[in-house]
Amino acid sequence: MNLHLRVWRQKNVDTPGGYKNYELKDVSEDSSFLEMLDILNEQLVEQGEEPVAFDHDCREGICGMCSLVINGMAHGPETATTVCQLHMRSYKDGDSITIEPWRAKPFPVVKDLIVDRSAFDHIIQAGGFITARTGSPQDANEILIPKPTADKAMDAAACIGCGACVAACPNGSAMLFTSAKSSQLNLLPQGKGEKDKRVMAMVSAMDEQGFGNCTNYGECQAVCPKEITLDFIAKMNRDYATARVRNFFSKAI
Amino acid sequence: MNLDAKIPEGPLADKWKYHKGHNLKLVNPANRRKYHVIVVGSGLAGGAAAASLAEMGYQVSCFCYQDSPRRAHSIAAQGGINAAKNYQNDGDSIYRLFYDTIKGGDYRSREANVYRLAEVSGNIIDQMVAQGVPFAREYGGLLANRSFGGAQVSRTFYARGQTGQQLLLGAYQQLSRQIGLGQVKMYNRHEMLDLVLVDGHAKGIITRNLVNGKIERWASDTVVLCTGGYGNVFFLSTNAQGCNVTAAYRAFKRGAGFANPCYTQIHPTCIPVHGDQQSKLTLMSESLRNDGRIWAPKTRELADKVRKGEIKPGDIAEDDRDYYLERKYPSFGNLAPRDISSRAAKEACDDGRGVASTGLGVFLDFRDAINRLGEDVIRERYGNLFDMYNRITGDNPYQTPMMIFPAVHYTMGGLWVDYNLESNIPGLFVGGEANFSDHGANRLGASALMQGLADGYFVLPYTVGDYLARCGISSAGSISSDHEAFEEAENGVRERIAKLMSIQGTESPRSFHKRLGHIMWDYCGMARDDAGLKKAIELIPQLREEFWQNVRVIGEEGELNQELERAGRVADFLEYGELMCRDALMRDESCGGHFRSEHQTPDGEAERNDDEFAFVGVWEHQGDDKEPKLHKEELTYEEVKFTTRSYK
Repeated sequence: MNLHLRVWRQKNVDTPGGYKNYELKDVSEDSSFLEMLDILNEQLVEQGEEPVAFDHDCREGICGMCSLVINGMAHGPETATTVCQLHMRSYKDGDSITIEPWRAKPFPVVKDLIVDRSAFDHIIQAGGFITARTGSPQDANEILIPKPTADKAMDAAACIGCGACVAACPNGSAMLFTSAKSSQLNLLPQGKGEKDKRVMAMVSAMDEQGFGNCTNYGECQAVCPKEITLDFIAKMNRDYATARVRNFFSKAI
Repeated sequence: MNLDAKIPEGPLADKWKYHKGHNLKLVNPANRRKYHVIVVGSGLAGGAAAASLAEMGYQVSCFCYQDSPRRAHSIAAQGGINAAKNYQNDGDSIYRLFYDTIKGGDYRSREANVYRLAEVSGNIIDQMVAQGVPFAREYGGLLANRSFGGAQVSRTFYARGQTGQQLLLGAYQQLSRQIGLGQVKMYNRHEMLDLVLVDGHAKGIITRNLVNGKIERWASDTVVLCTGGYGNVFFLSTNAQGCNVTAAYRAFKRGAGFANPCYTQIHPTCIPVHGDQQSKLTLMSESLRNDGRIWAPKTRELADKVRKGEIKPGDIAEDDRDYYLERKYPSFGNLAPRDISSRAAKEACDDGRGVASTGLGVFLDFRDAINRLGEDVIRERYGNLFDMYNRITGDNPYQTPMMIFPAVHYTMGGLWVDYNLESNIPGLFVGGEANFSDHGANRLGASALMQGLADGYFVLPYTVGDYLARCGISSAGSISSDHEAFEEAENGVRERIAKLMSIQGTESPRSFHKRLGHIMWDYCGMARDDAGLKKAIELIPQLREEFWQNVRVIGEEGELNQELERAGRVADFLEYGELMCRDALMRDESCGGHFRSEHQTPDGEAERNDDEFAFVGVWEHQGDDKEPKLHKEELTYEEVKFTTRSYK
């Protein structure tokens, strides 16, 4: 198929960017979206023009590196699909495709379609873990975790940290990402010890990084390639409220 | 080259305990903070080692090329992780896991290392559960298990089809905690381009900052490489796009021995190649073989009709299907080990009975399992894998069988290490897929995660400390990056980049990579022979020369430049591929994933030659214009006897 592409080009974080148009021919419908960009880049190299920089690594939907907004949708038109899993059979000959990076204040553009998502790492560093020193745990089967609890924790843990939720949110909120990790760990018995501390630390890190608030648009859930649901945001809100209250009274004592 | 494996004294089952208690020296907690440890790579081995060493009190710097340590390619492992817990009461034990791994590796791995791996496997599960990894559970709350290839017990722990992701995120969270505490300094989007040796010891690295192109020097007391495998030398593999051999290869050029480079694993269940625009291959977890049955049409005529789309797979009668794994290996059936299953698929396709438009595919069929268990159970077990297959191919595997074909997946070879995971360069440690030690000539499924975490959590933290203690506290922090060795290494890196930028030829780095991949797959792939390998050894240097004459690297050196990144990696692959072929040519026997067509039994099984080849082939770099030199570490078995592997 032949395509008209409109791609965001930006030299670096300090230089303003803009769209550039490209014509691309003979793309196989079995190719993935990123393979289509590979073809574009080979064409650009041939013409002596700098290829389009974009983030990608595993190309099987799990590393969370790829991050493109396609025709206004984070990760493109298919549900529960990362850009790298999107295939060109979702498009037809003659289509126009606009490609741009995630846009959110805490994710500055590094170059072209690449953004800096280290803000997510800072949220995890603040509290997205269970303190478990190497070498000291008891036998794994001594902690009984009923299947429904383990399944629910796994639903949250499926997050790949791609940032589509932030890119899709009109507020640039990271509530879905943050709540997925805090809920996974707060649901499990191993995580109960640090439950309050964890949720408060992660929420304040989220605020410090400049992410916006949640006003229940639900756009995040709609674009999440791993189908993380809004109930984790509700859980985080509940965990946060009880943590604050408990914290207030424990100080009073 | 000194290849003393330093295997401790005593009975096999006591070696590691004894070694930890008697041989390995300790560093006093107050002194640990004076030592600086560099860890390159943030996957299971690197992430776990960095987190554990930091927790013990060492200053750690960790480097990765991705934008976050959470994206290392360990994340893509699907099926599970083995551990000898015997939770299923099916007779498992440390010895059995050890034995299965030695046998699975076709008697080409080091006994003591493998035993230790089996011994710590249970601790790994305990550790990961404590970190909050949501492994699959039974209704009562106990951990669930599944079976994997090459074993007759259920010892594989899993988290849906995303076990690697969950384990990696567990390690990443521990690493993040240490970053938050300031014990680990994390450098994302940094690529190691050289190793620095001071007085023969590994004392630092040179990196390129992938965002601004800055070349930097980092001095340390020891260097730990956990930089993964080299499967991308084939261009098409299941590895992530960025996986590369550069860090390991640079260490090789600085004198580290490279062991068994020809041992590559071709995974039997990947989605077939669709065409020339393809950039990577996608694996379908081996766990699918628990319920899926592998078959090809019995006759060429039927296969031909399927290829042309004249009939559907479902139209083929039961009697016209060849369930070849069940037929050839009745006791292991569809769970035969990877090397054997891959070769059997190739055999069916070579016989003209392959499916898919290219003729390079066989069926993986869930019809019987769905009839037996119902679609819901299958969805619960494999739902995400079925969805993945559907997205890539457009076919619905609940209704029509999957098509699969073998693809390059894992590399058992790697930098040579002793029992302490220290290379022949003092102070250079190597963990995970980057070393060679545990899988011999073929790795069993669900053992890569086990090895990465064993190295990172339970071996390196002890053995790195031992090295530092042996160096003495007076040496801590004594090396400065002003040392002339850093000057020399940095200049070398700068010159190489300048050269890549200056050629300005006509062909892209990707195109050279693809051409190399074709040579490697054709002559050093699933089956290899003397003439083909010799041909590859001729072709690769020609391609390399062409690369250095005609590569075109567009963009600037001092900014984010993915073309330059790829060019550097391809340049190393172009040398490394030749080393692989030399090793494959030298190893004039078949074993595990290394299949020499000259050496097979009448029914097509690999034929080992234990009298002449029961050794680790370790290559030493002699200089750019010279052939590498072969050294041998003889493999001696105290506990296990050589037998012909049989899964019949």
